[in-house]
Amino acid sequence: MSDFATLTDITGHPDGWETYDADQQPRMGFFTDTSICIGCKACEVACKEWNVIPEDGLVWTGDSYDNTSELGANSWRHVAFIEQRKPLRQDDEGDDALRWLMSSDVCKHCTHAACLDVCPTGSLLRTEYGTVVVQEDICNGCGYCVPACPFGVLDKRHLPRKPDDEPLALPLLGKKEDGRVWKCTLCYDRLKGGHEPACAKACPTDSIQFGEVDELRDRAHKRLDKLEQNGWNGARLYGDDPDDGVGGFGAFFLLLDEPEVYGLPPDPVVTTKHLPEMWKTTAFAAAATLVGTAVAFLGGRE
Amino acid sequence: MSESITGVGTEMQSYYGRPIVKEPVWQPEIPTYLFTGGIAGGCSLLHGFARVAGYERLAKTALYVGAAADVVSPALLISDLGRPERFLNMLRVFKVTSPMSVGSWILFVSGGASNTAAALELVGRLRPVKWVAELVSFAAGAPLATYTGTLFADTAIPVWHEARKELPWLFGASAAASAGAATAIFLPPKESGPARRLAVAGVAVELGVMEAMQHRLGFVGEVYKKEAAGKLARASKVLTAAGAAALAARGRRSRGAAVAGSALVLAGELALRWSVFRAGFQSARDPRYTVIPQKQRKQQAQSK
Repeated sequence: MSDFATLTDITGHPDGWETYDADQQPRMGFFTDTSICIGCKACEVACKEWNVIPEDGLVWTGDSYDNTSELGANSWRHVAFIEQRKPLRQDDEGDDALRWLMSSDVCKHCTHAACLDVCPTGSLLRTEYGTVVVQEDICNGCGYCVPACPFGVLDKRHLPRKPDDEPLALPLLGKKEDGRVWKCTLCYDRLKGGHEPACAKACPTDSIQFGEVDELRDRAHKRLDKLEQNGWNGARLYGDDPDDGVGGFGAFFLLLDEPEVYGLPPDPVVTTKHLPEMWKTTAFAAAATLVGTAVAFLGGRE
Repeated sequence: MSESITGVGTEMQSYYGRPIVKEPVWQPEIPTYLFTGGIAGGCSLLHGFARVAGYERLAKTALYVGAAADVVSPALLISDLGRPERFLNMLRVFKVTSPMSVGSWILFVSGGASNTAAALELVGRLRPVKWVAELVSFAAGAPLATYTGTLFADTAIPVWHEARKELPWLFGASAAASAGAATAIFLPPKESGPARRLAVAGVAVELGVMEAMQHRLGFVGEVYKKEAAGKLARASKVLTAAGAAALAARGRRSRGAAVAGSALVLAGELALRWSVFRAGFQSARDPRYTVIPQKQRKQQAQSK
């Protein structure tokens, strides 16, 4: 973890969670156990309903049962469907092997969150639960967090504004779109009221489990042991390791194949891990540009 | 079915060939700003040294060109925001972890200083205030010319993030070349020597850095040979090289050659910024660029 100390050193304060003092809550998150996901999409629906996420078009993709395709401004849970010619158990023999993987993806609420680091307005913040939330009254839609996220979770909402939005004075400032970024809040409002997030509440098989991250990690390791004993093919935890490139996920997974099969990056690293080195490069390049300009004067006026 | 893809010796599966990281949501304003911001930063430096050297015409021209670029730049950035009316939220915090936050402050300081200096130069009053403004503008120049490289590198876009050692150099050189060319256009050859030499040297460094960057990026850098980014990179190379050659060979004797050469350099620098911008989209769109380097990194870590 020493890699990240440098960032805290230059900012002079820790990531944010620790600054809540007495108001700090245990870190809350999700353990999504995809081995018992049945692909019902109740999580997607419950999330949309509770968070009043607008409908953004209905399409048939032809990609198994997945018509949501990806996480974005208007999909904060996304159930992936993968049809495979692979056996479910390691000891299954024969050519007719077939399994159907389903997994409900969500914002990872990273320990070291690139979106939060790069946000220039302070709109993205770390809550007292250790989760990462966009403050929609601050976000000005600069879009920096969108390519900064190693999982492609955040996106800008491209829907018309509500009619009761204030009229704007200048044409330059009068864009008609919502224009802000949106993502999973881990139902910050529900947590405040002592409730579990909508998706976890709606999940009929407890594939989505909500709780304290430390406790969820223990539970996940026990579940993995059990699946391995039973000879499940490809079972692994994803995002449970506090020493990975983002310092561990607040919302992590039990997968049955390589992460990229589910559209997840195999070894995500928070981009700001390299920022001290990048600022150093910038300083050298800036100094060289300055010296170079001075050198151009050596040849005289003509 | 998930698709199996092979790239540089590593086999990977993908989720229906879909991207993993999101493409940027930035609009054409952003590469245009990279160009105008570069001119503003480079001109601040050119102006500062010209003042010290006592080249008054060069100093004045660089000041006005830079100030104009400093007006256009924030307008472009504000126009790109999803909620432009909230642009002042950029100044509600200062975050070293966000190159965009740092850049907003640099641009704010640079724009304020260069425009104050230009206005006072025009009306010929308040000399001490003008000197202070010129000094501040000069100090902001080099950071303004280079920070955008780190702004792009500080993302999960493979072709940008993996080029974090080169992008600030590439953009710094491009800024110097653009500023030199933009200033030389408005001056007779007798007065524009440093500007022309800056343009030529900037182009030379930039072409070298671009080559080195693509070489080091390897597989991830192949987007610079493909589609829009490839076309723009080739156009940039031809235009900047031709422009620099014209400036070096005939810029001293012929005003026409100096103007034509400068225009070519400017067109080439704009193409370069667009090429880097488009390369980011292409890099995000293809999951191979995200997955394969990560898989290889993971395998290397495991084999240790």
